[in-house]
Amino acid sequence: MNYIFFILISVSIVAGIYNHTLDKVVKSMLEACNTSVEIALSLIGIMAFWLGVMRIAEKCGLVQIISKFLYPITKFLFKDVKKDSPAIGDITMSVTANALGLTNAATPIGLKVMKELQEDNPDKTTATDAMCMFLGMNTAGFQIIPATVIAILVGFGAKNPTEIILPTFIVTSLSFVSAIITSLILQKLWRKYD
Amino acid sequence: MINTISLYILPLMILFILTFALAKKVPVYEEFIEGAKDGFKVSISIIPYLVAIIVAVSMFRASGALDIFKHFANTIIPPDIIPLIFTRPLSGSAALGLFSDIVKEFGPDSYIVKLAAIMVGSSETTFYVLAVYFGSIGIKKYRYALLTGIIADIINIGLAIWVARLFFLASIS
Repeated sequence: MNYIFFILISVSIVAGIYNHTLDKVVKSMLEACNTSVEIALSLIGIMAFWLGVMRIAEKCGLVQIISKFLYPITKFLFKDVKKDSPAIGDITMSVTANALGLTNAATPIGLKVMKELQEDNPDKTTATDAMCMFLGMNTAGFQIIPATVIAILVGFGAKNPTEIILPTFIVTSLSFVSAIITSLILQKLWRKYD
Repeated sequence: MINTISLYILPLMILFILTFALAKKVPVYEEFIEGAKDGFKVSISIIPYLVAIIVAVSMFRASGALDIFKHFANTIIPPDIIPLIFTRPLSGSAALGLFSDIVKEFGPDSYIVKLAAIMVGSSETTFYVLAVYFGSIGIKKYRYALLTGIIADIINIGLAIWVARLFFLASIS
């Protein structure tokens, strides 16, 4: 992350000088600071709402029921998560929310999963295998219907905007599976570097 | 059909959770408040990570540095797709903005738009998710999470190009 941060900013400034876009670079830098805070503030309400709903789901045993049901799969993918951890149920909810394109629900639940995984983490500044797997699944971006993309196509008057649904679904499913496989392979390889 | 499901799933899920909880004699109101209290804390705690990633990405976009990558274009990857490939893992709104630009320029029924649509619809903002999710709990060493994300994104681009050709290019050429 240190290198990515450095490269993004240094390349921007050098390219800004070279392309004579330095004024735009500085302007967008200042605007982006405000945008970030606006995003965080707009997240507070929806975050509170979903954490409230999820708390009810947890207290009434619903999350635990889902966890038990999916335990065989999650045990394979998340080896270092304890059987009774609420994280397993929440991981399922998070993947479901993402798959349905419910971004507003997915982020709060996802952040909750990270918090639960952190509780079983012996080294609080280093990622666990479970966290890497969860984020691998998350960054792969499995989604059943690309609603926003279709909305844009409709907006521009596409003849058949829904024809991209099937190919997108094929690609997103295969990517999701390949992210899980990649994560499992790297899990084994990385032991040598730790 | 699927759009209807998307509309129903959220309210029905909430209704189901509330009904189930009440049947189990869980004090739903008090528990809701208890959970909701964390909303503020979590949202505020991710601000530094949001600022870092959003500022860096915005500067990068504004500088026009992405145009340099157009030189890497070839017959398989159209040049106007290249900036999209590099923007998609960084910022969702920026990728949607670029996608709209491509649709505007090439018309909604062109092959390049379909390829772009599949790319945007089948991937996530890898760097953003990593920064915010790890940031929220104070993880500094990502180990192989970043590499997983990048490899998965590369596989995703390859798959998108392959499937788009399979579905849409035969009818054009």
